[in-house]
Amino acid sequence: MSSVSDVIVRPPSAPAPAPSPSYLEDGHTLRSWLTTHDHKRIAILYAISITVFFFIGGLAATVIRLELATPAGDLVSHDTYNKLFTAHGVIMVWLFLIPSIPSVFGNFLIPLMIGAKDLAFPRLNLLSWYLYVAGGAIVLAALALGGVDTGWTFYAPYATMFSNSWVALTLVGVFVVGFSSILTGLNFIVTVHTLRAPGLGWFKLPLFVWAHYATAIILVLATPVLAITTLLVVAERLLQIGVFDPAHGGDPLLFQHLFWFYSHPAVYIMVLPAMGVVSEIVPCFARKRIFGYRFMAYAILGIASIGFLVWGHHMFVSGQSLAASLVFSLLSFLVAVPSAIKVFNWTATLYKGSIRFDAPMLYALGFVGLFTIGGLTGLFVASLALDVHLTDTYFVVAHFHYIMVGGSVMAYFGALHFWWPKATGRMYPELWGRIAAVLIFVGFNLTFFPQFLLGLRGMPRRYHAYPPEFHQLHMASSMGAVVLALGYLLPLVYFAYSLRATCRTSANPFGALGLEWQTRSPPPTHNFDRPPTVPEHVYDYATPTKAEPARTPAAQATSP
Amino acid sequence: MSAIAAPALAAADDAPRTAQLGMWIFLGTEVLFFGGLFVAYAVGRAHWPHGFAVASRHTDVVLGTVNTAVLLTSSAIVAFAVACADHPAQRRWTALALWATAALGVVFLAIKGVEYAHEWSEHLFPLADFALTEPGAELFWVLYFVMTILHSVHLLIGIVGVAAFARATGAGKSWPTPGRVDTMALYWHFVDIVWIVLYPLLYLVERHA
Repeated sequence: MSSVSDVIVRPPSAPAPAPSPSYLEDGHTLRSWLTTHDHKRIAILYAISITVFFFIGGLAATVIRLELATPAGDLVSHDTYNKLFTAHGVIMVWLFLIPSIPSVFGNFLIPLMIGAKDLAFPRLNLLSWYLYVAGGAIVLAALALGGVDTGWTFYAPYATMFSNSWVALTLVGVFVVGFSSILTGLNFIVTVHTLRAPGLGWFKLPLFVWAHYATAIILVLATPVLAITTLLVVAERLLQIGVFDPAHGGDPLLFQHLFWFYSHPAVYIMVLPAMGVVSEIVPCFARKRIFGYRFMAYAILGIASIGFLVWGHHMFVSGQSLAASLVFSLLSFLVAVPSAIKVFNWTATLYKGSIRFDAPMLYALGFVGLFTIGGLTGLFVASLALDVHLTDTYFVVAHFHYIMVGGSVMAYFGALHFWWPKATGRMYPELWGRIAAVLIFVGFNLTFFPQFLLGLRGMPRRYHAYPPEFHQLHMASSMGAVVLALGYLLPLVYFAYSLRATCRTSANPFGALGLEWQTRSPPPTHNFDRPPTVPEHVYDYATPTKAEPARTPAAQATSP
Repeated sequence: MSAIAAPALAAADDAPRTAQLGMWIFLGTEVLFFGGLFVAYAVGRAHWPHGFAVASRHTDVVLGTVNTAVLLTSSAIVAFAVACADHPAQRRWTALALWATAALGVVFLAIKGVEYAHEWSEHLFPLADFALTEPGAELFWVLYFVMTILHSVHLLIGIVGVAAFARATGAGKSWPTPGRVDTMALYWHFVDIVWIVLYPLLYLVERHA
């Protein structure tokens, strides 16, 4: 370990001087929030709005699972069912998962982690939130007017010529939300390039920042392709002209290529930030330096770049050429290599660590396990022959839920717990945090593991009724969903409870080492009362002088 | 180690360098945006080589060429404005060059409007009364309109932006820093470059046959 005696870390017990108000106290009117340029406040605005959409999308999922509790299609009509899973997909993908970790935690933490006052373009940052809300409102309006029945994939020519639902309006909403993504990505890239504190080189950045940098590159390169694709679909639908409709000389496969050129990298938009979160939590609660820091950074870049070259694996049965399928299959296997490096390195970080199972750590460990299952089953569906059997079955549904929910949502909740004291200055009740983490983990597996089995046995996705032999597994899945829903509702209650003044905690209750922990909790509007000190190594947890005094039990919230 | 202790936080304002980097990244997104259309064009032309050849012969190559010249000239003038903006003494020239740039943008749009009017009277809009029967010709004209309209929207945004800079420069209030004129000019050049790709794709390809 390198010498760190000359690195100053403020002991968490020493109360910081408070000359300026915290970002939460700097203005109390609604107007002060809606016109703020402060990245931390914008992050809170995002957190509130994506929570609303998370529960609306979750409501759709609840009705879906209720319908599937019995083999007969008796709760909703097939038409309504189509609209329900479309609403669930559209809302969860574009209004929750894509903005979740980047727009909330990336926004809040990147300037703090690199020692900056704000993002490079604070006004663009606010604009991106307004675009997100506008796009979300348009999507909700389309739902209220009658919904969409195409599935979140909007395949042509059904979506362009035949569907009698609010396709165009929904796509306009998605288009607007896309611009919000682009602005956020642009802001992150410029910020990381130009606003790093003096001495903070690229290989001293936390992996959270690396992950968001890579995510931002995907956001700015993939989202515009979605934008032009949605525009073409809207034009084709409204004017009855054909780019994708074969009846007009168009090509439906062109739609799939353009759509997946965005939507596959979009999976990495969801999961790379999650990996960034886990890379912060695991070293902190294992009190170990992250294993293979540089490899972790390179693996992030590797995933981001190879991730752009695998979209054709969504089209193995579409009729694309065998040569194309072979190449896409090979590249999909290749993307598993950097992903596996990350899993092995997190595991190696745990080795001989002194591990604490606080709530954030439970979520992070849950992420590692579920992401591994999701990733390995991804290799099943990346295999050409096997995919013919598994395409459009529940196996695929289970696979991507393991990545998106088991991976990204677990990490999102881990981040919520880990940085809750940072953002609010309050500590959540640790016992309840652990209970919720276990509920979510158990509920998630109960819900989605049976879906692997259903898919293997041939249950197709997107049907509201099914043969009775699938009943047991569907029932298990629906029961699991109840547990999962309970797990998601619990944090809503105890986080709200913890906002009370009695739950006040110290600036750095977990003894974490990132730059964001060197300032007060909640931070002042301009982030730092005095310039943060850049340490030799961002994950220097193993050094006892730095690690030990910080290890106050998280559950014991200390009064100021 | 003292070099590492930060003397001050990096400023979070839109410094010209920051704005330029932001513009480059934005233009990167624009390349991908138009890239989707270029892919659609390539696929269409590979499917219907004859239909695209027949259809492209109905474009107005004279007006298209004039417009190319107009836009290239505007790009040269905006480059002149950037050079002038380096010297506060050349403030009047900067304003003048920016106004000229915006004016040429308007000329381009006017000529494009005349083209659209001709195409309307020749039933080249891909509607029920579309004039050409060759398979694939309709797809060409769909792409022609989507591409040129999106390009015009970008140009319109450029005109508004450049005119705003011209006004600020001429009005003698806040002198836009040189880096900012650069950022605006970057965008203008990009819109120009898109047209440089569209012009051969839509007007010149297969014209000989």
